[in-house]
Amino acid sequence: MLEIKNIHKKFGASEVLKGVDISVNRGDVVAILGPSGSGKTTLLRCINFLEKADRGTLIFDGEEFALERITKKDVARLRRKTAFVFQNYNLFRNRTALGNVTEGLITARKMSEQEAERIARRALDKVGMSERCDYYPNQLSGGQQQRVAIARALATDPEIIYFDEPTSALDPELIGEVLAVMRQLAEEGMTMLVVTHEMNFARNVSSQVIFMENGVVVEQGSAKQMFEEPRMARTREFLGTTANR
Amino acid sequence: MISERLWDILADSFLKILIPGITVTIPLTVISFTLAIVIAVVTALIQFAQIKVLKQIARFYVWVIRGTPLLVQLFIVFYGLPGIGIVLSPFPAAVIVFSLNEGAYASETIRAALESVPRGQMEAGYCVGMSYLQIMRRIVLPQAFRTAFPPLSNSLIGMVKDTSLAANITVAEMFMSTQRIVARTYEPLALYMEVGLIYLMFSTVLTKLQRIGERKLGAYEQQERTAVQMTGVRRMRRRGLGR
Repeated sequence: MLEIKNIHKKFGASEVLKGVDISVNRGDVVAILGPSGSGKTTLLRCINFLEKADRGTLIFDGEEFALERITKKDVARLRRKTAFVFQNYNLFRNRTALGNVTEGLITARKMSEQEAERIARRALDKVGMSERCDYYPNQLSGGQQQRVAIARALATDPEIIYFDEPTSALDPELIGEVLAVMRQLAEEGMTMLVVTHEMNFARNVSSQVIFMENGVVVEQGSAKQMFEEPRMARTREFLGTTANR
Repeated sequence: MISERLWDILADSFLKILIPGITVTIPLTVISFTLAIVIAVVTALIQFAQIKVLKQIARFYVWVIRGTPLLVQLFIVFYGLPGIGIVLSPFPAAVIVFSLNEGAYASETIRAALESVPRGQMEAGYCVGMSYLQIMRRIVLPQAFRTAFPPLSNSLIGMVKDTSLAANITVAEMFMSTQRIVARTYEPLALYMEVGLIYLMFSTVLTKLQRIGERKLGAYEQQERTAVQMTGVRRMRRRGLGR
């Protein structure tokens, strides 16, 4: 469903992505693991055009795009099929939880307010936030904000959701509630591409694991294979030192 | 200590000062400030959106206006421009100068407020499919306006008092009316204190309105304001030094 070929990205002189290939099938939950600075967040941001890749090909539902010269129109069209969950939530601060979810539906998808609200309430209910519909982001805990952000992503009925370290900014006791929501989505068959440091999530929830380091993919495989019998020594070393945390 | 004559002068002059306050000082402030905000928003957006050439022009405008005294600007427009055939009546000349002057300062306040809105707000907007203009109009500008509101209120209060400078280009506002009465009665201390008190009344009303406005704008965020309020403080300081 989603395929990335030979993606390159430089920030000034430092080459962050040095020709990365990944592919995601419908229904897959793909975890991208790797040490800090390995380029995994940049990869995700390039895939959703928050950064402009220098080179590379993106194939979405069989349609091929050259990343270095993709048009605004195609970007807008692709973004309608995807959703993004940020590390620091990025909820609209001048909108309530409900408003955060309806905003894109009303402005970008031209839905009526009633229709948007109906969908938004269902999405918030799904992440267990229906009680807090009228709260502003600064009145919510980090975990609650992230759940609203996931509801905002769900409401647009995306074909795939990108998660950029969704639990990294959270206090340890709040991580569980967010992971529980993500696990539930995975079980319902949502296609997800997740940059994460949560080894347990990668091991138990994801179907595929990609291990990145220094701007390249070191190894990709099923979660079971990657954790139990990795082919590369570096993968074994990284997963070995962090898996038991 | 205060003689009956002085009381009579004060009582008699109160309305004579207050009326030009209501008919000249307040309209001058309201018209100039409204235009200033329009100029400021446009100037700030040009810089925020990094529009080439226009951005340079905006920077140049802010640089010139902020680097020259308000009084000099008033004199150039009212006494200087007739030299090249542009003759303006006092009131329009004052409106032009005050709105251009305040526009430059307020544009910096608004630009700072726009920049204080985290980048992630924009990115989140893009990711739910919104366009640049939709995000600016519905997400970024309202947040920036909330942040800019207190320092802009400061500027408004500053402008009420600055309009007294228009007396120098023969605008018959409160201060000029006071000067005329002083020339007739030779009671500068009492009368200048009286006009000062009327300015204080105006400012007090505005301060109250500011508080109501801030409450109306809602409590959704408190933390980001401090940095931009500094702009307002600097402005107050400039005004103090300018007199």
